[in-house]
Amino acid sequence: MNSGFGSPALDAASRLMTPFMLMFGAYVVVYGHDSPGGGFQGGVIIAACLILVRLVRGRAAGWVMPPEVAVVLLCTGAGIFAGVGLLGPIFGGHFLDYSALPLPLAPAEVRAAGSLAVEIGVALAVTGVLELIFDVLVEARDDA
Amino acid sequence: MTAAFDPLAIAFLGLMIVCAIAALSVRDLMTAVVVFGAFSFFSATYFAILGAVDVAFTEAAVGAAITAVFFVTAIFRTDRGAD
Amino acid sequence: MARLAVIPLLALGAVLAAAASGLPRIGDPESPAATHASPRYIARGHEETGATNLVTGVLADYRAYDTLGETTVICAAGLACWLILGGRSRGAGS
Repeated sequence: MNSGFGSPALDAASRLMTPFMLMFGAYVVVYGHDSPGGGFQGGVIIAACLILVRLVRGRAAGWVMPPEVAVVLLCTGAGIFAGVGLLGPIFGGHFLDYSALPLPLAPAEVRAAGSLAVEIGVALAVTGVLELIFDVLVEARDDA
Repeated sequence: MTAAFDPLAIAFLGLMIVCAIAALSVRDLMTAVVVFGAFSFFSATYFAILGAVDVAFTEAAVGAAITAVFFVTAIFRTDRGAD
Repeated sequence: MARLAVIPLLALGAVLAAAASGLPRIGDPESPAATHASPRYIARGHEETGATNLVTGVLADYRAYDTLGETTVICAAGLACWLILGGRSRGAGS
């Protein structure tokens, strides 16, 4: 599957869809507070977009994500989540208590901002994991 | 309360059962993956009817898209028959 | 042998059906799950977390510890897949 499908129709369709899928994924992550969605769903949509490009174009795609980058991405996501959680005890609250963050906002908005940071972390982690699993499945050793 | 006895909900539950049995009994694994994707879509619609839009969203994204892609990739690496 | 497996399967199905008849109805406001924590979240959730979508408010704020564990499990699963399947650049032969 290193070569991809390569049909012109698939290529054109994926080129047309990719920016909208990425945009929709980011929208789902950021607007998870006000509409259905959240970090997990948005991360899955972004990963589906990357996998689509990878399926259609194969290794020729400009942005193939090597597994090392995917691992860094997923660890960054989990680290953002745990780091935002650890900011609570640092500023005198409980673990994962976003209301302790010293932001110049209304209390509910501070908690919303903390939730948003956490959702972005979850989205990064989910994107990294799905991309990593797909890459590992595609690139598994043939001689094994 | 009434959502569980909605005829639409019962219809989608029946379609889910049909798809599940079909996915189990089909010999070709690729067909089974496609039928399983249909099962995921029906269950997502069922969740949406019950009012759990977030769960329906997750089911449609993960169950229908990502799982199918992973299954197809795994089938390409192995044999296609069910035995 | 495969036909014999139907018998315990049907027995299990009967047990599950009997157990399911004791569950509260879907959307029942009197069910135990809907009478303890839910009213508090529904009443104060929007003003406390600023989330219009209460599901995200509960997942990312009230139950953030749960979500942290979930993310950890996902990361562990991805890393395990990588370590088991993706050894192409390591080892002696390659």
